[in-house]
Amino acid sequence: MSTETENTKLAQVTQWIDARFPMSSLWRDHISEYYAPKNFNFWYYFGSLAMLVLVIQLVTGIFLTMNYKPDARYAFASVEYIMRDVNYGWLIRYMHSTGASMFFVVVYLHMCRGLMYGSYRKPRELVWIVGMAIYLCLMGEAFMGYLLPWGQMSYWGAQVIISLFDAISPPLALWIRGDFVVSDATLNRFFAFHVIALPLVLVGLVLVHIIALHEVGSNNPDGVEIKKHKDPVTHKPLDGINFHPYYTLKDLVGVSVFLGIFSAVVFFAPEMGGYFLEANNFIPADPMKTPPHIAPVWYFTPFYAILRAIPQKQLGVIAMGAAVMIFLALPWLDRGLVKSIRYRGNLYKTAFGLFITAFLILGYMGTQDPNLWYVNPTSQICTVIYFSFFLLMPIYTRLDKSRQAPDRVTS
Amino acid sequence: MSDSHSDNGGRRRFLIGAAGALGAAGAAAVATPFIMSMLPSARAKAAGAPVEVDVSKLEAGMMMTSEWRGQPVWVVNRTPEMLAQLAKNSDRLRDPGSENSEQPEYCKNPNRSSAEHPNLLVVVGICTHLGCSPQDRMKAGNAAGMGEDWPGGFFCPCHGSKFDMAARVFQNVPAPLNMRIPPHMYMADGRLLVGADKSKGA
Repeated sequence: MSTETENTKLAQVTQWIDARFPMSSLWRDHISEYYAPKNFNFWYYFGSLAMLVLVIQLVTGIFLTMNYKPDARYAFASVEYIMRDVNYGWLIRYMHSTGASMFFVVVYLHMCRGLMYGSYRKPRELVWIVGMAIYLCLMGEAFMGYLLPWGQMSYWGAQVIISLFDAISPPLALWIRGDFVVSDATLNRFFAFHVIALPLVLVGLVLVHIIALHEVGSNNPDGVEIKKHKDPVTHKPLDGINFHPYYTLKDLVGVSVFLGIFSAVVFFAPEMGGYFLEANNFIPADPMKTPPHIAPVWYFTPFYAILRAIPQKQLGVIAMGAAVMIFLALPWLDRGLVKSIRYRGNLYKTAFGLFITAFLILGYMGTQDPNLWYVNPTSQICTVIYFSFFLLMPIYTRLDKSRQAPDRVTS
Repeated sequence: MSDSHSDNGGRRRFLIGAAGALGAAGAAAVATPFIMSMLPSARAKAAGAPVEVDVSKLEAGMMMTSEWRGQPVWVVNRTPEMLAQLAKNSDRLRDPGSENSEQPEYCKNPNRSSAEHPNLLVVVGICTHLGCSPQDRMKAGNAAGMGEDWPGGFFCPCHGSKFDMAARVFQNVPAPLNMRIPPHMYMADGRLLVGADKSKGA
């Protein structure tokens, strides 16, 4: 008897809420009856993982602000205080610093998936553009967050990046710093942006990204539209399966593996050999002395290498900016007949392979001493390949001999 | 897919329960460091170290305030008259024997002081009601502005709690307990150590 009465009670509560807030329909539209293609593979883990890392960053960030002091006199010492004196402060800080790098690992893989399967193409242009906005926001968030520990790398990294704006317009750089040099004023406003402004924007953009995605429906490794073949009676896509429980459970597997890797980094290699936390950042900021070797954190190095590859200040800055922004044009540059790399011809496959290789090499070159003989020539070649991938795309995608994509998804 | 439910419902329920229990344990484990991080840090604990107070120049009838763990600690050198008055207060007190109040064992006596210096009262100057610091009304009678029959003591301005010269709370005021006596010990040269005693070590 009790189960039945409990069920009616629960139904009554649900009805009461639904009359005032679309709880059930939100759950249905976005979770239980959101039909995702049944052929998602490994590459489809990284969207949900990006959300997980966002949550990790928000939670650890909130706890870090409880002890961090955004003041040039106290910032460095307050981070050391967190590391040494606050209970589990070391864990929370390493989760946050590792989370920053893992955020970019996950987002780069997520973007790579979009490139491979043509997820940026009609009708998903806005999903892609909003995703790019998230990426830009994330770059700003990471850059500003890196200033906060007020170590040598924080200070000189910020000095270099803000000087990029100097190349475009000196008053702009002055306005960003709020002082004639990177100083307490800069630190204080970067703190405000890092902990309030950008996280709010980021969370908002993630919601827009998901709403836009659920409006058009997910792409898949075959790059074909599952909405073309619906059940005549139920109007549900024949090749779609409910997001919950099928993909929530699949994503849980991804989450478990990811958390294993994440924990291994946090506990055994939080500095990741200087790639996640640079050695020079354990020295307090000294405006009188630049460290001998200065490089950004790994996730910025491909673009940093492009900047250094061009031997003219303004052009270098413009090229670096263009290297990021050019992703926005992708939906209109690609003229291929099929979306997925599975059915593209050799022209596209070669171009894609060259692009990924160039991106990785640029990333490596950006960490290297620019005086090494091979760094600049290699970076220059890779910069040409990088931009050619985009600028020549309208030509080679049209010439490419692609195979006919299947009508329905393959298993 | 639909008939698998009837085929192995028990197994399915077991797996859901086991996964849920493991997830809940994991969530609790993750929450632990975050909750613990909000407790006093090693620095805050170090700031709670014992403090030394020189009480050799404290004259009879005078009071001095020092800081221990960020709280006021009063040292009062009570006159013989004040000590004599203490025994007469018992009827008007809520906890005259300090049965429920917080003090080291060696201070659980009518004077609420250690045997070495029964005249010295060492007390955390925080009202047991809601944490204000009471004011000194040590003079007896009308001189303190507390009425004819005031035996001398302390008065909390926040909610009107009253304490006698052994920091014991009077009846009919909001504070429930006598004020707290911290662990303390006397060292050579009239120096007082607040925050540690012989039982716990200095």
